[in-house]
Amino acid sequence: MNRRQKLLILTILITLIIVCTYLAGICISEEAIAVDFTNAKLKPSLHHLFGTDWLGRDLFARTMKGLSISITVGVVASAISAIIAVLIGIASAASSKVIDSIINWVIDLVMGVPHLILIILISFACGRGLKGLLIGIAVTHWTSLARLIRAEVLGLRTEHYIAVSRKLGKSNGFILIHHILPHMIPQFIVGLVLMFPHAILHEASVSFLGYGLSPEQPAIGIILSESMKYLSSGMWWLAFFPGLTLVSIVFLFDRLGDNLKSLIDPYSAQE
Amino acid sequence: MQLEANKICFGYNRKESYLLNNISLTFKEGEKVAIVGPSGYGKSTLAKLLSGYLAPVKGRVLLDGKPLNPKGVCPVQLIYQHPEKAINPRFRMRQVLEEAKGLDLTILKKIGIEEEWLTRFPRELSGGELQRFCVARALLPEARFLIADEMSTMLDVITQAGLWNVVLEEVKRRNMGLIVITHNMHLATQVCDRIIDISAINGF
Repeated sequence: MNRRQKLLILTILITLIIVCTYLAGICISEEAIAVDFTNAKLKPSLHHLFGTDWLGRDLFARTMKGLSISITVGVVASAISAIIAVLIGIASAASSKVIDSIINWVIDLVMGVPHLILIILISFACGRGLKGLLIGIAVTHWTSLARLIRAEVLGLRTEHYIAVSRKLGKSNGFILIHHILPHMIPQFIVGLVLMFPHAILHEASVSFLGYGLSPEQPAIGIILSESMKYLSSGMWWLAFFPGLTLVSIVFLFDRLGDNLKSLIDPYSAQE
Repeated sequence: MQLEANKICFGYNRKESYLLNNISLTFKEGEKVAIVGPSGYGKSTLAKLLSGYLAPVKGRVLLDGKPLNPKGVCPVQLIYQHPEKAINPRFRMRQVLEEAKGLDLTILKKIGIEEEWLTRFPRELSGGELQRFCVARALLPEARFLIADEMSTMLDVITQAGLWNVVLEEVKRRNMGLIVITHNMHLATQVCDRIIDISAINGF
């Protein structure tokens, strides 16, 4: 088995794990995370894999539900962000110098402000909750991908085959759709997948700080922030397992992005 | 129809003196002209100016007294010396040909393009095979002038002869103008009616 096949299998495996985590979170019923004082403050055991919290809620079920919310936020926000990046990147490279410098200035501005503060402000202005968070993450993460795409399009525009296409009577629209956009697909996919980890971590940290999702939703950020009060009483499992699973999911997304990059990249495609 | 360069000047670096200075040339329909000269004298640049890929700093390129229209199919088609750069690496060869709308498909067989190449990507063909596609593509119905910039340099002698035969036949049939840019004096005398030495006309 060569390296490319190994990568391919690994990529499929990672995708499967992520999809299963997401589906598991959706399928867990509300009863599984209901309050049950008879089972409060239990240590991790076979019956309660991650233990239970001070209200007797099963932590494993809550964590899975939280991860599924995280994945939703990550996927939706990154997808919106990546689409914004492609549109703005192409607009910047293909239009006049004035528009290009305005867009570059906006990119510098968004990059200059720390994401966390910007997300808190935007999510607060948009009414908090899932919607506010999604908008907040979507409008802050497009900048670096937009830069990359702008540079790619600027390089492509000078290619001889595009000049030939114009001389064969093709319109700007044809050139954009048939010559430029297909070259952007690898950058788009890899940029999108590598954006997931950022989006997920930002969602968790904003929720942890109390500006994101509402407290009754079992998001990882909420679980972690609630657990802070009980850590001093020795309930280490409240923070340990949710934190560990969050980091694992982020790591898996990161690996997925890297694997896709080497699968799509023409320089390693022949391996 | 006639293609005319009217006192054109061009330089890549504006601060230095012009590479091409005050060049006036006229090419008529049905005429076969060679432009020869040493390397670096601006032959390819002249080809790009005549076909509208570059705009002259001074002077004008006129087709029947009118400037070339930047939109729509250009009646002056340039065949570039590097075919691999003139074809989108993500296109299949069939798409490359479809870009030239209304192309007469009988020319494919004459020029030696095989049916099975049409489903391949450019990197799966050799330079010479790609050049045939570039030539076929440039021969679309609206083309009135053909500029061949070192078109056959990368081909073996037999393939060169075959390609030139097809091009000359097609040019004659449609009464097109042909401008050949080359280092090869033998090719120039064999193919063309008139030979222009670029070093002799530059700067006057």
